[in-house]
Amino acid sequence: MQNTQLSAILNEAKAQLEKAVSRSETDEVRVKLLGKKGKLTEILRSMGSMSPDDRKKFGKSANEARAEIEGLLARKFEEVKAAEHALRFSAETVDVTEPGADIRIGVRHPITLTIDEISRIFMSMGFSVTEGPEVETVFNNFDALNAAPNHPSRELTDTFYITGDTLLRTQTSPVQIRTLMRRQPPIKVIAPGRCFRVDTADATHSPMFHQVEGLLVDEDVTMSDLKGALDSFAKRMFGADVRTRFRPHFFPFTEPSAEMDMSCFKCGGKGCRVCKGGGWIEILGCGMVHPNVLKVGGVDTERYTGFAFGMGVERIAMLRHGVDDIRLFYENDMRFIEQFK
Amino acid sequence: MLVPLDWLKEYVDFEADTDVFCERMILSGSNTEGIRRYGAGAKKIIVGKIISVEKHDDSDHLIVAKVDVGGVSPLQIVTGAPNVNAGDFVPVALVGGVLPGGVKIKKSKLRGVESEGMLCSASELGFEDKVIPVSHKDGIWILEKEYDVGADFIEAAGLRADVVDFEITPNRPDCLSIIGMARETSATFDGKLSYPNTKITGRHGNKAEDFVAVEVRRPELCLRYIARVITDVKIAQSPWWLKKKLMMSGMRPINNIVDITNYVMLEYGHPLHAFDVRTVEGGRIVVDTAVEGEKFTTLDGVERTMSADTLMIKDAVKAIGVAGVMGGLNSEIENDTRTILIECAAFKSDGIRLTARKLGLRTEASNRYEKGISPELSGEAVDRVCALVEQLGAGYVTEGAVDVYPERNARAADAFFTNQASKYAAVSVPRERIKLRIERVNKILGTSLGLAEAASYLRRLEMDVVPTEDTLDVLPPSVRLDIAGEEDLIEEIARIYGYGELAVTLHKGAAQAERSRSADLRDLARDILVAAGLSEIQTYSFVSPRGVDDLGVPATAKERRFVRLMNPLGDENSVMRTMLLPAMLETLGRNYARNNNRAAAFEIGNTFFDNGAGRLPEERIALSLGMYGGDADFFRLKGILEELFKRFGIKVSYEAERDAAAWHPGRCARVFAGDTPLCIFGEINPDAAERYGLDARCYAADIDMDGIVERADVTRYYTPLPRYPAVERDIALLVKDDVTVKRIEDVIRKAAGKLLEKVSLFDVYKGPQVAEGKKSAAFNLIYRSPERTLTDEEVGAEHNKMLSALENELGAVLRDS
Repeated sequence: MQNTQLSAILNEAKAQLEKAVSRSETDEVRVKLLGKKGKLTEILRSMGSMSPDDRKKFGKSANEARAEIEGLLARKFEEVKAAEHALRFSAETVDVTEPGADIRIGVRHPITLTIDEISRIFMSMGFSVTEGPEVETVFNNFDALNAAPNHPSRELTDTFYITGDTLLRTQTSPVQIRTLMRRQPPIKVIAPGRCFRVDTADATHSPMFHQVEGLLVDEDVTMSDLKGALDSFAKRMFGADVRTRFRPHFFPFTEPSAEMDMSCFKCGGKGCRVCKGGGWIEILGCGMVHPNVLKVGGVDTERYTGFAFGMGVERIAMLRHGVDDIRLFYENDMRFIEQFK
Repeated sequence: MLVPLDWLKEYVDFEADTDVFCERMILSGSNTEGIRRYGAGAKKIIVGKIISVEKHDDSDHLIVAKVDVGGVSPLQIVTGAPNVNAGDFVPVALVGGVLPGGVKIKKSKLRGVESEGMLCSASELGFEDKVIPVSHKDGIWILEKEYDVGADFIEAAGLRADVVDFEITPNRPDCLSIIGMARETSATFDGKLSYPNTKITGRHGNKAEDFVAVEVRRPELCLRYIARVITDVKIAQSPWWLKKKLMMSGMRPINNIVDITNYVMLEYGHPLHAFDVRTVEGGRIVVDTAVEGEKFTTLDGVERTMSADTLMIKDAVKAIGVAGVMGGLNSEIENDTRTILIECAAFKSDGIRLTARKLGLRTEASNRYEKGISPELSGEAVDRVCALVEQLGAGYVTEGAVDVYPERNARAADAFFTNQASKYAAVSVPRERIKLRIERVNKILGTSLGLAEAASYLRRLEMDVVPTEDTLDVLPPSVRLDIAGEEDLIEEIARIYGYGELAVTLHKGAAQAERSRSADLRDLARDILVAAGLSEIQTYSFVSPRGVDDLGVPATAKERRFVRLMNPLGDENSVMRTMLLPAMLETLGRNYARNNNRAAAFEIGNTFFDNGAGRLPEERIALSLGMYGGDADFFRLKGILEELFKRFGIKVSYEAERDAAAWHPGRCARVFAGDTPLCIFGEINPDAAERYGLDARCYAADIDMDGIVERADVTRYYTPLPRYPAVERDIALLVKDDVTVKRIEDVIRKAAGKLLEKVSLFDVYKGPQVAEGKKSAAFNLIYRSPERTLTDEEVGAEHNKMLSALENELGAVLRDS
């Protein structure tokens, strides 16, 4: 009798699970058969009135039936869960080409980014980064840098003066003087910063601009070392395949003096718009520090030699990013600045 | 400096096409700014002779010319130029021909009349208007000499020629001359250098001193003054070879005498001037300064006012020239001039620079004097003028020269000019020789040059070199005013040896790269602000003083301690900024005007405060933030500031600021670290915003970045993570409107005891649901013990104690309870 009941429950389980389409319907079947008041539970409870023999036999069959139902339930659960997920996934499908949420991070100014990059390169070569004031003494900006007392760059038409003795520095080179007066060699620094010259702003001129100055003073510093450091800089800033050349030039505070040109990184030196057809791009001025400058800092010029260099940050930023008007850097139109993200 | 290569080749032997020439000159130190290739691409431009000229039937300004071009029949050419006449020789571009620069000539009809070619102007053949002789400046080029009709004009006139434009650095005035560039070329190519002919035949009977006496009253401004006199002058046009050189060098031919002085100036770099002796009253030249306010009319016809420090050339009664800058209109060479005085003077550079600047008059002469003229060169230059006068048959050179050379010293001969066998050599001023140690050369350059090799490079630059055991004893040419010491000679060796030949090495000294804490912390601030969505701007360090007025900065405030520029570009750039805020608002205003619908920006930069006379200003680094549009509002800005101060480890407090002029009185706060103000921020007052063209709510902050740097503590110590669960309680308090969140939080913290871990506001409500004059403030409270799991009872006791404190101290009651 009980065995018939068990097979009936088993069949009922199979039939009802067949119909179930959700996890909740499946669970209903479980409760109805295996729950506290479930059919199988009740039958098992009734076993108390059986003889020990019958109980043993029936118990075995009942547990088998229970195990089978539990197996069916587990499979069914997996099945409906998968079906439910499939349904949900299709309902929740998004158009991945829609734009993302409005996450706005800002960006550093392109001049800052350029100084960052230059600094990173020179720091990796062991140059420390230092700074100096934007308002300088005439002594630090001109006299100590060996500029002739009548040099035209000292005139009011070229330099912004505060008083007869103070001015807006026209170059970052006075930081060389400050460094030389503060400490003895070995000295290995770069100095980024703002500079000022009397120029009306146009596409290629700005009354305010940035330079990065460099100074290395130590024993046995040669012009070959100058070439090595700056060639390495150019390759890391503009690409490993650029070539450099050094041409004689004139700066009062270096002797010998040079300008460094770089083979055009756009055309490789064949001549294009970027290099104005010449294949070479002027990058920076440099030279061996003039003994008169070292003497300002009390450096023993027989023991120590050094090189110095200075580069225009705007120029490098314009080259790297193809910017054709220097004024864009100081207009601060967000549509310009945010292109450097 | 324009250098026609054909001219250069008269003085130096070298073989190289123009591109190779430029390349090698650049690498030896003469940078080029461009190449002008005269005649490049020109085709079928031939010499024609005008047979007849007729008016065009259908035009007032066109004429129809019949031109013999050597063909079977003459060509009919229509031209608009008014200056052609029968018999004139002119350049003709034939149909199918090409002008220099690429314009192709086609057969055409002008107002119904066929034109078989084009008569050319000098400008169409590649010359700038400013160098074309006045006679045919606005018309067809009428050739002065007869060429073969039908000949290729470009070839016949030598117009296929390259001119290199050199950039001359200010230390090398000697290179502002063909001979100077020839010396550089000779050194670069190791080619033989030769000098122009300065031999004068002379005509006996007249002596220069019979015509003129010279008195230099200002020897400190005039190192040397030489006068030579030429009689029987025949003013005429210069020959084409001379004109061409002037034109290609950028100068307009005038007449033979003026042209010769210009020619020699270009050749030697030494300015000269010719006076008509008729106008030199009393036969005296007096070199003296002007009377302050004296009026004088220069050659260009402009009346100018002189200063007391302007050096003038005067005669016995009047001024006749501004020394070194420009001659006077009153002593100009005229067509009937018969006797001239050639002035060849070495004026001091400082005086000429000052004069040129004061007069606003820069000339080829003043430009050269400003950079320095060696008085040793004057004799050579004036003799060259005389030699050319004889060569051109322009007059008779009288015997001798009046030569006033205050510094003259007959002790030693100048090696350089001794070589030139100049009769002026005997009066040169001796100069010091320079000792050059070969060991020093190699120490600076990283080379291992021998004495002989180093000497050879210097000799190529015409230096007199005497080797000793391990040094060279060197005398540079007198025109090399730039060479003063050993280091200058090392550069000379290096550039002739070749910078490119120097090894590429890395210095082996050990060094540790460092950067200041301030720079590191500014970098950190940039990172935080960029992450918060702000972009960096950079604005001028010099600003308008009106910025502080626009923002209502009080009269006594530090921000008005301006550092003022003596010579600003304009009022808007006349003081150094004392705060970044005006430029920030200007930037936001500019973005707003350009229809950018939102902007969020920051700037880090120096501000400047006057420190009194004799001291550099105080420079202090500031930080400004600004935003409008998008999600910009007071609390977004405050949130960014909170993150900033948190990252810098600075504990700050916020106080409402109701009286700051530029700000919204209800939405402005000052931020303090202890008692020190670090920042003011909030919504910009609409009146102030309007001054910057901002018709949108705009939020900004003005921050003392150096103050942050001074207080920053960016080290971090770890707090163990909690091991026991927290109990959270939310409360909504009904309080009077003027009770600040800070006061409520203070009471909560004080009353709740140490089980309260965190209190945070999550909502403030004012409106119909709460009584007038009240607000509801909702807080989330987290209780936790580091030692055990808290029970509801424990928390309840603390919580109730806190609620009664709120009620007692602030009249705050729980809402909905």
